[in-house]
Amino acid sequence: MNRQQQLAIAGIAGAAVLLAMPWLFGSYYLGLATKMIIFALFAMSLDLLIGYTGLASLGHAAYFGVASYATGLLALRLGWGVGWALPAGVLVAGLTAALFGLLALRARGSYFLMITLALSQVLWGIAFGWRSLTGGDDGLPEVPRPDLGLPWSFADNTPFYYFTLAVAVVSTWLLMRVVASPFGQSLRGIRESETRMLALGYDTWRYKFAAFVLAGLFAGVAGVLYVYYNRFVSPDYIHVARSAEVLLMVILGGAGSLFGPALGAALIVLFENIVSGYTERWLLVLGVVYVLVTLFAPDGITGVVRRLRQRKAGQT
Amino acid sequence: MNFWAIQTLNGISFGMLLFLLAAGLSLIYGLMKILNLTHGSYYMLGGYVGLAVMRASGSFVLALLAGSAAVAVLGVVMERFFLRRFHLQELPQTMLTFGFLFIFADLALWVWGGNPQTMAKPPLLAGVTALGSLNYPTYRLFIIAAGVVVALMLWWFQDRTRVGAMLRAGVDDEEIARALGINVSLLFSLVFAMGAFLAALGGVLAGPIMGVYPGADFEVLLLGFVVVIIGGLGSLKGALVGGLLVGLLDNFGKVFFPEFALFTIFLPMALILAVRPTGLFGRE
Repeated sequence: MNRQQQLAIAGIAGAAVLLAMPWLFGSYYLGLATKMIIFALFAMSLDLLIGYTGLASLGHAAYFGVASYATGLLALRLGWGVGWALPAGVLVAGLTAALFGLLALRARGSYFLMITLALSQVLWGIAFGWRSLTGGDDGLPEVPRPDLGLPWSFADNTPFYYFTLAVAVVSTWLLMRVVASPFGQSLRGIRESETRMLALGYDTWRYKFAAFVLAGLFAGVAGVLYVYYNRFVSPDYIHVARSAEVLLMVILGGAGSLFGPALGAALIVLFENIVSGYTERWLLVLGVVYVLVTLFAPDGITGVVRRLRQRKAGQT
Repeated sequence: MNFWAIQTLNGISFGMLLFLLAAGLSLIYGLMKILNLTHGSYYMLGGYVGLAVMRASGSFVLALLAGSAAVAVLGVVMERFFLRRFHLQELPQTMLTFGFLFIFADLALWVWGGNPQTMAKPPLLAGVTALGSLNYPTYRLFIIAAGVVVALMLWWFQDRTRVGAMLRAGVDDEEIARALGINVSLLFSLVFAMGAFLAALGGVLAGPIMGVYPGADFEVLLLGFVVVIIGGLGSLKGALVGGLLVGLLDNFGKVFFPEFALFTIFLPMALILAVRPTGLFGRE
């Protein structure tokens, strides 16, 4: 079997497992799987910036959270259905990313890191402080699950799982198209050497800005799914701790491959679930994971696999 | 009239605490190009250690020294054993400092619990001082004085001492400084120790007026970032001017627009970014 056949078989097997999930696992684990899929999408959206464009954003939860709030508020206060509230949430995330991108992309390196972090914390401050709109620290409870007028209620885990899966599959397909396109190739060019791309006549700012907004839009999709999943949104959704967590997912899986960050996200969600069952010190464990990943697997799981394979190929 | 004077002094005293925080952030970045996300944790840990020492010994001076020194050691350990391996690698450094941020936050929560705690003011500074017709808390004036003293000492150190000259050489061009025989790696540890020391000093000083609480680490880290974004990374002058500016804006923002307090520091930051992305005193 050549590599392409192997990949195809792995892909089909993966799809079969994802589709059969409700029969394989109980309702509780189905909820966990739904969360994994949402964070996989979130991590892939950040990978578009870190892995493909070489821009490390430390405030990616801003777009995730702002979409959650927008959808939650529209559903709660104005009674909007998912058909309007989902695109509206994604749009708000995209607009926020456009505004923040205008400011952050003027800077480079560490300034870019600080500015993305500072801007996202400003949103957190608004969510925390503007009690009359956002409910402050208590957040917005009882956001209704989407209702598509189908015979299956999305309040049940199984139909909502398929809804999440469908949205995530479409989003992933779009992301794959983006990174495979000439535009995606140009982003890689910017990651490798922005000066060279400039010399070749590329208006690199435009490419970076487009990538920034796209990443914000897909983070927004994940945010909308998550507010429906949890039926709740609080300032924690925007907090820098969440931005840091999704950064870890990307690095742990391996930046620059879409699949890696998705895997990293699934692992972290699973790991958090297991660890939280034993101890309240999840943050401490998480902090140690950051340090260990940085010391021992700086290019992530996909990087480790690649190195092992190269070593094996070298031996034979 | 009194209202404005009091609020202005409140803003300046908070600004001085931010200066202590941002000075280290700025120095560390200037020399090593490390964006230290653990810097807010130094402030918080300084506060907690200072509080513990104060309760055990009753001595404020001891609390100041012990809190700052303990955190300075922590900073050196982080630099020597972890950050040094990833010199000039932005992403691994970010990951490491994020990791330590979580580790320290959770350890502090574990040891000291979730409730905000306030440090007792030293008796000598507990009262009020008459400034003309105005009675103003002595302790806040003490913070302002402490900030001025630290600013002067830092300026003297950077401009008038041999080590300060080496430091400036390292900031300007690390490689040439190495080639000239300056022990740059020793400077790295020194700067990390100084930065952590100053942040922790700010944390202990803040103990009696703002208290020590979980989440303070993230809060001051954000403000510290805004200070250096406004003032410019790598510049002490920027840290001082930015610190005072943010201190005043934050204070008046909280007085006039309590729900949108962050906006009053965010808007000037956005404006400065639009005009000068490297801050008022920063260099490309």
